[in-house]
Amino acid sequence: MDGLGVMDVMDVEGTASQHMSKAEELEIHTEDIPDGIIVRPTGEIDLSCAALLRQRLGKIQESQPSRLVIDLSAVPYMDSSGVATLVEAMQIARRTGSKLVLCALQQKVRSIFEIARLDMVFSIVGSVEEASAL
Amino acid sequence: MADLTTEPEVQLRMFSQPRFLAAVRALVGTMAQRLGFNEMQCGQISLAVDEALCNVITHGYDRKPDGQLWISIWALPGTPTGLKIVIEDLANQVDPAAIQPRDLDDIRPGGLGVHIIREVMDEVTWERRSPEGMRLTMIKRV
Repeated sequence: MDGLGVMDVMDVEGTASQHMSKAEELEIHTEDIPDGIIVRPTGEIDLSCAALLRQRLGKIQESQPSRLVIDLSAVPYMDSSGVATLVEAMQIARRTGSKLVLCALQQKVRSIFEIARLDMVFSIVGSVEEASAL
Repeated sequence: MADLTTEPEVQLRMFSQPRFLAAVRALVGTMAQRLGFNEMQCGQISLAVDEALCNVITHGYDRKPDGQLWISIWALPGTPTGLKIVIEDLANQVDPAAIQPRDLDDIRPGGLGVHIIREVMDEVTWERRSPEGMRLTMIKRV
């Protein structure tokens, strides 16, 4: 298995591109939108794979998208290493003037943001549509 | 409190490798469910155990993959029942009094594990093992 490498790249001229990486049990898909990018992790995010998410977000943020939407609808579990990764991404976004929005958190994932009292620090909305309109 | 002299209902050993965390979470969550915790509580108990193991792997064993951890789980007798979970290791010892949650107003990556463990569990105690390593005892009642 090619670990961190891009497994599939599909570009549609003038509209969108999708990329997918896979390591351990976490997959990360991305989709271009007119003013930024949507990142869609799929799988549990813990210490075994948070570094992959950190690496992908860091790479994406190098291009300083106006809007970075992280769709967590397919993330059933996240521990504090995942939260730390998102806090770091938020701090980079603030430095670069980018808008970072988390959306579609499952209740168990939302729970860790509440326990860490970060639910009022992040922009968290219910859907990708809301995140794109924010 | 469960009597530590009794054998735990479940006991397992793992190496300090994050890829095994998911298996431990599944075990702990399932056991919590069987004892009557609701779905959200099961998830939070698994999270607390995950955070405790991550702390040992990251700070105790400095991410070396060959460290050993033992997880022992007791069902608390009586009503309401609950769980007693003990995590032991042979890792670097630290002063238990120095294990404190950080200021949550300081928004920065990392350092949330101790806060999460204390927030989720009813009782949390760190102590030095003799002659080496640390022991974390966590109790959660239904």
